[in-house]
Amino acid sequence: MKSSNSLWKQKLDGKMPEELAREIDIFETEIALRKQGKLEERLFAETRLRRGAYGQRYDNGQRNDGQKVQKLNFPSGDFTKGPNTMWDAPGMQRIKVPAGGLNASQLETMAELAEEYSDGIAHVTTRQDFQLHYIHIDDTPALMRRLAAANITTREACGNSVRNVTACPYAGVCTDESFDVTPYARALSRFLLGHPDCQNFGRKFKPAFSGCAQHACGLTSLHDLGLIAKTRINEATGREELGFEMYVGGGLGAVPYHAKLLDSFVPPEELLPLTQSIARVFARLGEKKNRNRARIKFLIQDLGIEKFRELVFEERKTLPFDPRWTEYIEQARSEFRETPLKEAPQNETAESSLVTIGDLNGASENFKRWMKFNNRPQRQPGYVTVTIALPLGDITANQLRSLADIVRRFTKETIRTTVEQNFVIRWVSKGDLPDLYKALDAAGLADVGAGALVDVTSCPGTDTCKLGISSSRGLAAELRRQVSEKSFQSDEAVQNLHIKISGCFNSCGQHHVADLGFYGVSRKIAGHAVPHFQVVLGGQWEHNAASYGLPVAAVPSKNIPQVVTRLTNRYVAERENGEAFKDFVKRTGKAELKNMLEDLTRPAAGDSSIFSDWGDPREYTLGDMGEGECAGEVVSAVDFGLAAAERELFEAQLLFEKGEVDQAGKSAYHSMLTAARALVRAENQDIGDDPDQIVAEFRQRYYDTRLFFDPFAGGKFAGYLFAAHEKAGQPYSEESSRYLIDEAQLFIDAAHSCSNRLGKPVAV
Amino acid sequence: MRSILEEEVTVELQHINVKLLLKESASIALDAVIPVFHSWIQDQIFDELLLDVADYRHVKQGPGLMLIGHEADYSLDNTDGLLGLRYNRKASLAGTNLDRSSQATRSALLACQRLESDTRLNGRFRFNGQDVQLIINDRLLSPNDEKTRQAAAPDFQRLANKLFGHAELTYNLDPRRLLSASIRSSKPVSTGELLKNLAD
Repeated sequence: MKSSNSLWKQKLDGKMPEELAREIDIFETEIALRKQGKLEERLFAETRLRRGAYGQRYDNGQRNDGQKVQKLNFPSGDFTKGPNTMWDAPGMQRIKVPAGGLNASQLETMAELAEEYSDGIAHVTTRQDFQLHYIHIDDTPALMRRLAAANITTREACGNSVRNVTACPYAGVCTDESFDVTPYARALSRFLLGHPDCQNFGRKFKPAFSGCAQHACGLTSLHDLGLIAKTRINEATGREELGFEMYVGGGLGAVPYHAKLLDSFVPPEELLPLTQSIARVFARLGEKKNRNRARIKFLIQDLGIEKFRELVFEERKTLPFDPRWTEYIEQARSEFRETPLKEAPQNETAESSLVTIGDLNGASENFKRWMKFNNRPQRQPGYVTVTIALPLGDITANQLRSLADIVRRFTKETIRTTVEQNFVIRWVSKGDLPDLYKALDAAGLADVGAGALVDVTSCPGTDTCKLGISSSRGLAAELRRQVSEKSFQSDEAVQNLHIKISGCFNSCGQHHVADLGFYGVSRKIAGHAVPHFQVVLGGQWEHNAASYGLPVAAVPSKNIPQVVTRLTNRYVAERENGEAFKDFVKRTGKAELKNMLEDLTRPAAGDSSIFSDWGDPREYTLGDMGEGECAGEVVSAVDFGLAAAERELFEAQLLFEKGEVDQAGKSAYHSMLTAARALVRAENQDIGDDPDQIVAEFRQRYYDTRLFFDPFAGGKFAGYLFAAHEKAGQPYSEESSRYLIDEAQLFIDAAHSCSNRLGKPVAV
Repeated sequence: MRSILEEEVTVELQHINVKLLLKESASIALDAVIPVFHSWIQDQIFDELLLDVADYRHVKQGPGLMLIGHEADYSLDNTDGLLGLRYNRKASLAGTNLDRSSQATRSALLACQRLESDTRLNGRFRFNGQDVQLIINDRLLSPNDEKTRQAAAPDFQRLANKLFGHAELTYNLDPRRLLSASIRSSKPVSTGELLKNLAD
């Protein structure tokens, strides 16, 4: 699209790292081959994904405009960049930022690219990446070259590869970490980038580092590979040794898994080879055909952690020696050294500065809040780390340039992205806080409440994501608006709660680890599809995301702000002895929580606003879902059956809470049967209660015909039923019961979607 | 096409953005424009393919409310705290610099005219008819340096004269910002008149 595209290669010749330049040349050739019809669309799709060039909503060439499904007549016609993905359709470009670390020039580059190729906005993701939206595929080689010249790569930002290596943004300055994990994260990132042993995965692989076990910043529990810094005393020498607790097989996605401990102490020299061994085992034994079971968590679940560990250590023994195992670590250690630009003040305190700024511009209340929420002391006396709270993770090109100026002025360009879609500026001299606040405020970057209730995390959802079911960003913007002032007036305990929103079950918004989590689902009301969010309560953000919340109820999107108000009010009113929200949720119990939200699951009489989503006046649809379905007030037998399934699942959750895990598993399985039976009954009124018959008929009528298939997840959720049916009769452990409850929820949600798509009302 | 690697005195202006500032912008709520933009997509009112609406009002002094298209984006843009309608031409165009800047200006004015006359907006959208910004969204073809500004100035001035008879131009001199010129007329001219002047 850009007239200058062909000129950037010449302009930047010799200014890009050779390896990155070669990679981009290859990609450009692949684009040319695709245009000539010499590269098959599936192959091209994977190759562009491995360069971070992702699809975006409506790239199948059609869009429901609120009145009709409109064909988007792109100039390149039906020419594709992947299956059912139009060449000219705008896409998303993901950009890797290892450990979230950037410098000022890189911020300026990001600003230029956002302006020239995107919509003027750079978006920080929940994995410390950047994303640019509405990018034309023809622009991507020039964009990538400009990034490469700034020493940034998009390589393996998407696709079945090792994704961005994330790390705690406070690494090196945190008051209670074991040691700074940054050099190790950088070394691992460098080692795995394009590594031959990482090119044959069935799915993506996400590593994360944390400097401690107790905080949330690294979120190691929900990663494929989690590394927590640890020290120990060598008994022989009496000296302290550094190492890592190594965890594998965590992940959110539709059904969240906690990572399992692989090794309690991995010394630095073993970090790279042991990870390489894991990669080899995953590449060799991981699922390849069924992508819904291809993450490493499923391999570990199938093998068991003991067997997986055994295989990894056997693999380690056979690995040919690679000098980079230690060279990369040593280089990263010696090259990475952060120091302050300014000296720490001797006598000045942040509190005395507070008075000054208040007198100067009358912004004392905001400044106080900013001091409270957006700053945290470093372990180096006199220095603080300042968080820049980005609304919905978004920042403009001009703001990025201002930020570059700011980090040059106050620090030695020590800035990082965070998994809460923010920035942190490290090594700020405490005495500079008033001036820094003024500079940030002038740039529109002094939003208060970082990490607090108002700092809502959200994935792109229906705004741009092909998988989005509900408008997570629309809801996040609305919640920010509604709670922004109110939250600071409310109880301290409420101010510090976390809200996280995903547009669908895939959990990119990390809703499982929020106090108040929401993920998009659809339901049918009065014959029309209505955007909903499943309310997920009691997840734990601390301790590297130690526990996941469980769904309580599906509520129309427009009622979610009331859900937040009601839950937080109740929490404040009934909180016992400094009780954490997750403990309040546990003590209150799901039955009561569901009961208190019950009226919100139904729209108020005459409220037609529920038929559209936040920030989008179009009548809500998922593709053609709901179109031509004018069943009016007729309630279908399918809907009744699905409601019964939800009730059974709820009972399963209650049983689980009581510790009756075996019975909970059985109930969850039965709820899936009930949902399947409801669908089968739409075609065969005489279907009985025999599980074998239900599953066989469901398979024949909905799975083999692909009618049940989600447009993007395919038959994944049907697979949950088949697997549960195969294992029926076996006792359920706490873990398997928990997983089955989650899977049953997803199966029932998928059954609702299927019913909506097919629109088969059966009057009763 | 001009390569900046060669020492040339001419400049090829592509990817031209035109922004017209709104009158009484502080009192304007953009909520009402969201359904308007959606209806423009429904009716595909321009000869450019319109795709989607993006809402960035949560970002301070940002792109505001955007109507994303294939060949061009339209937005109620609040960059630098100046609210106005911005037309961002993404696809390359043939013709002279004046042809291309006239095309972008005409597209922007047509969108302004639609907003001014849309009954759903109750006449709240009025453009001030005095301030027009020209922004060139390609740093390689048109870097924001003295040489390029000098090369582009005659074309910018011709456009300004065409619109207003005569108007003052000022340039943003920050080399990191896109090449841009602000046209300021001493008296306001209606959107319809501006369109007419452009066509003459």
